[in-house]
Amino acid sequence: MSLRLQGVSKAVNAETHIHPTDLELQKGSMNVLLGPTLAGKTTLMRLMAGLDKPDTGKVYWDGKDVTGHRVQARDIAMVYQQFVNYPSMTVYDNIASPLKLQKKSRATIDAKVQEMAELLKLTSILDRKPNEISGGQQQRCAIARALVKDVGLVLMDEPLANLDYKLREELRSEIPRLFAASGSIFVYATTEPEEALLLGGNTATLWEGRVTQFAPSMDVYRRPVDEITARVYSDPPMNFVAVQKEGDVVHFPNGQSIPAGGDLAGLPNGEYRAGFRAHHLELGENTSGKLVFDAELVFTELTGSETYIHVSAAGEGWIGLIPGVHTFQVGQAFKICLNPKNIFYFDQAAKLAASPRPKAAKAGA
Amino acid sequence: MASITLEKLAHSYLHSPQVQADFAVKEVNHTWEDGRAYALLGPSGCGKTTLLNIMSGLLKPTRGRILFGDQDVTAISTAERNIAQVFQFPVVYDTMTVGQNLAFPLRNRGMEASYISERVARISQMIGLDAHLDQKARGLSADLKQKISLGRGVVREDVNAILFDEPLTVIDPHLKWELRTQLKSLHREFGHTMIYVTHDQTEALTFAEKVVVMHDGMVVQIGTPQELFDAPAHVFVGYFIGSPGMNFIPVSLEGNVAETNGHAINLAKDYGRPSGKVVLGIRPEFIRLAKDGGLPVRINHIRDAGRQKFVSAALLDAGPNAGSDTEIDIVVDADIEIGEDMTNAVFDPAKVSVFCDDWRIEGGS
Amino acid sequence: MDKPVNQRAWILVLPVVILVAFSSVIPMMTVVNYSFQDTFGGNEFFWVGLEWYRELLRSERLWDALGRQLLFSAIILAIEIPLGILVALCMPKKGWIASLCLVLMALPLLIPYNVVGTIWQIFGRSDIGLLGRIVSDMGISYNYAQNAFDAWVTVIAMDVWHWTSLVALLSYAGLRSIPNAYYQAAQIDQASRWSVFRYIELPKMRGVLIIAVLLRFMDSFMIYTEPFVLTGGGPGNATTFLSIDLVKMALGQFDLGPAAAFSLMYFLVILLISYVFYTVMITTDKDGATQ
Repeated sequence: MSLRLQGVSKAVNAETHIHPTDLELQKGSMNVLLGPTLAGKTTLMRLMAGLDKPDTGKVYWDGKDVTGHRVQARDIAMVYQQFVNYPSMTVYDNIASPLKLQKKSRATIDAKVQEMAELLKLTSILDRKPNEISGGQQQRCAIARALVKDVGLVLMDEPLANLDYKLREELRSEIPRLFAASGSIFVYATTEPEEALLLGGNTATLWEGRVTQFAPSMDVYRRPVDEITARVYSDPPMNFVAVQKEGDVVHFPNGQSIPAGGDLAGLPNGEYRAGFRAHHLELGENTSGKLVFDAELVFTELTGSETYIHVSAAGEGWIGLIPGVHTFQVGQAFKICLNPKNIFYFDQAAKLAASPRPKAAKAGA
Repeated sequence: MASITLEKLAHSYLHSPQVQADFAVKEVNHTWEDGRAYALLGPSGCGKTTLLNIMSGLLKPTRGRILFGDQDVTAISTAERNIAQVFQFPVVYDTMTVGQNLAFPLRNRGMEASYISERVARISQMIGLDAHLDQKARGLSADLKQKISLGRGVVREDVNAILFDEPLTVIDPHLKWELRTQLKSLHREFGHTMIYVTHDQTEALTFAEKVVVMHDGMVVQIGTPQELFDAPAHVFVGYFIGSPGMNFIPVSLEGNVAETNGHAINLAKDYGRPSGKVVLGIRPEFIRLAKDGGLPVRINHIRDAGRQKFVSAALLDAGPNAGSDTEIDIVVDADIEIGEDMTNAVFDPAKVSVFCDDWRIEGGS
Repeated sequence: MDKPVNQRAWILVLPVVILVAFSSVIPMMTVVNYSFQDTFGGNEFFWVGLEWYRELLRSERLWDALGRQLLFSAIILAIEIPLGILVALCMPKKGWIASLCLVLMALPLLIPYNVVGTIWQIFGRSDIGLLGRIVSDMGISYNYAQNAFDAWVTVIAMDVWHWTSLVALLSYAGLRSIPNAYYQAAQIDQASRWSVFRYIELPKMRGVLIIAVLLRFMDSFMIYTEPFVLTGGGPGNATTFLSIDLVKMALGQFDLGPAAAFSLMYFLVILLISYVFYTVMITTDKDGATQ
């Protein structure tokens, strides 16, 4: 079983929602669609499911062309952001409903329902109606219903977005387990980079109707192909600064430079944008080969164990994530430093020119 | 502007509440100091929205009084309380332009035209709406609409407080950073008392100087983000703050030695011999994996979140009731390699909390 | 893994297809056919081409009826829409009184057209009718059978009485769908009652109001029974609206050809005006969205 999209595109009222896209999802894989609202995640899912017919391109399931096939005829389950359950049925009947439609025997149904209920911790509330249980339980019930019939393709469209933070955390850690147990292809849309990483598998980053990159999640995180992908896969947003490469050095603002080794060595001279993530900024001038910047504090945010510092440095607005609790005065000046090994370089076309980790190390990872 | 005092405040949605459980908000005594930024944090159904509606005057409390400064406002209408509120979903006047939306609360109060236009210009510039002032509010994106709601909240200089009811729910992660930044700068600039209701700990902790944690209709702790993180007053706070939440290990405690499943844990302080159900609480951030020392664990799985790894492990049981392993979470830095031989979890003794019957107890030296 | 698609659902649609064919499509074809022929019934037909259309467009009779009709619809909309909104705004939002109001409001809608006509015919008579008697006793001369103005007032009153509650119910549904947060925000912004209506309620009711206007326009444009029962289109031709004129032509004079041409043009006029209405309202809606 595999799902292949070949050059599919979709426009609604002359507004392109998805530009021609190729994507191949392998048997039993977890695939995350990561991108902001309106990037085209839902449209792409609807095309995969056959709920919409693509304007161009083909959809292949198991090598067979299923473009435009009715969704009922295909082997698909979907979970939505809203908690969609049959309000008049108990949790048990909700989970059993797809099996009843398949005319399974009573014993088979019961066994499957009990198994799903066990997996999703619904056993104690099987005889309740959806409006008598919490939002988290309602979404568990919807997920159980989606998974109970062993479909080949499970589509989840921001399933945790309407849940409380803690419930989200809980279900987020369970979904990979459910996925492993099902053997189906999972497609999971989210706006949150951390969620994409924690789910593992592959990530397709979406931006304005285009898939900018599709690769194993860690690879996309560690080696985003361009600036946009890097932005989409960074929370807090990635910090940037303009740099100059000249011969075997890279010049940073305020006269600092670092030797252009590794990937940088082979790059042509010229202007680049250096990008780095918030947690790579450090306090102080611990200058063992690190870049040091004068920073002025805009404000801080404490998370209890860590501190987000919003600073203006090198003429840019940066966000740093520093372990521990630190208090600063607004406008206070201090030094921050950055290890060059954590810097991404993007060229004038915003494509990745050099990444922190040399390519050789990737094969092993 | 004034401080807001809740005096023996309680609310029930029932006509004649009898027992504690009938109350959606159980007795609350608290003063919101003038000009501070607070967060009211708790899961859905904990009573936080009820409390908010009581403060804004949309609900009349069953018992108790609410004071603005020295004035009893319990029976006073919303409009007269002179507060502002920002709702979960953007509330904008569709047919007005952005500028007219911002001017609306001022115009209703008969302010002078020159003052209104100056004020609107200032606010719109601060929250990045100046480019949209002449656009109709209808048809703008969700984040721009929410900025309008925000702007209408702060446009009046004389409001007693600004209440936020989960204002970032419909906002993408990247834009959340921007809106939070603006909220902070608005607070710094105008010094309004702000009360921010949310279920999202990150939003609460990063926004507020002081966080009020509610659970089951009760205020369980009021403290700075750091206090909530380091010294949770109740197991609920330990669980709810932090991601993943605090680990709890049932123990029998005597003096400064706790015992669990046949293993002894040395504590930094002497707790005597508390009566009741005793559990140790230790945050995943304060557990270290090591080759020896500490408690033996089995690592179940590791999830890589980019900058950190989340390890799920089980404390191995050496006691008489073997098999009932306690699951714990451990957070380690991304740079640390977790070797096969790292089979022990070492707790930082200074960071261990002790709870007796769900409430924190302090030890002596 | 492809299962054959279950096609049985089509059978369920069949009765409707048959019904629509016999009630609309086939009669319509007949009318089109008649409009190009001269006939008195029986089976004698003579092809006349566009003769009837030419004649009709030149006849004052059609234009007069159309003028009356447009005036009537305009008055009806001008009264019923604001009145309906006003009633909806006054209705309680919840509780058993709300349910009671809904039932009471729905009552006039349940009364058949000709009964409405008869009720008002009697109601307005100055000898035995309650209304007619009271008005006459107040010294106002009122006689719908002789005075054209009185006849108009009566027909309009009848229609307002019959249909305002439809507008009210639609508006009420629109009002109920406005989230509470909007009212709270308005309260906090210290908006006046008028501002709440102007900036929150009216914009949010826009969708249902478009439907209400369309429904009331189409229906009032086709009004037949009430004036027919009241005065048969009189006094004189004062309340002879398009449909009454049409029936007079078709059944009174048995001019089937011209009547067929008339009804087709009538149909096209309604279609055209409704379409224009709809597009105008939808585009102003869109303009609001994009500007």
